Amino acid sequence: MEFSCTEAGDVLIVRVLAARIDAAAALKFKDALRALTGAASHVVLDLRDVQFVDSSGLGAIVAVMKLMGSARRLDLAGLTPTVDKVFRLTRMDSIFTIHGSVDDVPKFYQAG
Amino acid sequence: MRDPEHIKEVMQLEFSGSELNVRAALQSLMAGLVGAGLAEDDLGLIELVLAEVFNNIVEHAYGSGSRGPIFVSAAARAGWLDFRVTDEGRALPSGALAQGGLPQLDGPLESLPEGGFGWYLVRKLAADLSYQRKDGRNRLTFSMPFQADICDAGPGAAGGAENLKKT
Repeated sequence: MEFSCTEAGDVLIVRVLAARIDAAAALKFKDALRALTGAASHVVLDLRDVQFVDSSGLGAIVAVMKLMGSARRLDLAGLTPTVDKVFRLTRMDSIFTIHGSVDDVPKFYQAG
Repeated sequence: MRDPEHIKEVMQLEFSGSELNVRAALQSLMAGLVGAGLAEDDLGLIELVLAEVFNNIVEHAYGSGSRGPIFVSAAARAGWLDFRVTDEGRALPSGALAQGGLPQLDGPLESLPEGGFGWYLVRKLAADLSYQRKDGRNRLTFSMPFQADICDAGPGAAGGAENLKKT
């Protein structure tokens, strides 16, 4: 599973370069994100390349958020249609801040 | 013209239950459904439900260190795909389907659920969900809606799916 990381101001953008975060990938995903996010205080997970997330993948994303703790934040961006449905169906869209795309992130926080 | 009695076997597939095999099986099945003319919008949710059902078999019916066959078949009728999934693993706890409620999300961060969404998604998205335990096998049947009309398509329409038969 590959990732590309970009720093934009205080925000670390982690783009997931994989089509699936599924049961077979969940553990690797969690371990990789734990290492990649390091001590970053604000991480945005760019999911534009991810076409499929199952409940194990969803659980892994939640696990990453919990690992980061309440003093740091994890946002999501670029959800593809099916992935967006999974977040809505499980109401996880109420737990995460979800940006349309990573391009919206700076605007969002300047405005806020 | 749709004929509700017109039921057509779309595909069948057998594979050995492991997380990586589930991924490969889903990709074959989805390719078959694309070949049969289903819309991408319907496919995402069909793939999700199948993934939850297969992963549950791999993780719980067989469990770690144990592996066995998973057999899936799909038949199409007007607007619906009827799925049947069987395995030779352990029976569901208490011999019945889990209630599958949505886990609580309103607690503090550390109490957020990392699992428990599988049966919830299956119950939410699939119709006519039914479970039977017979002769050492689990059999789950359910139906998923779709928009495209593959029942009335020409004889070549299910060709992609025919190629999937690996049994």
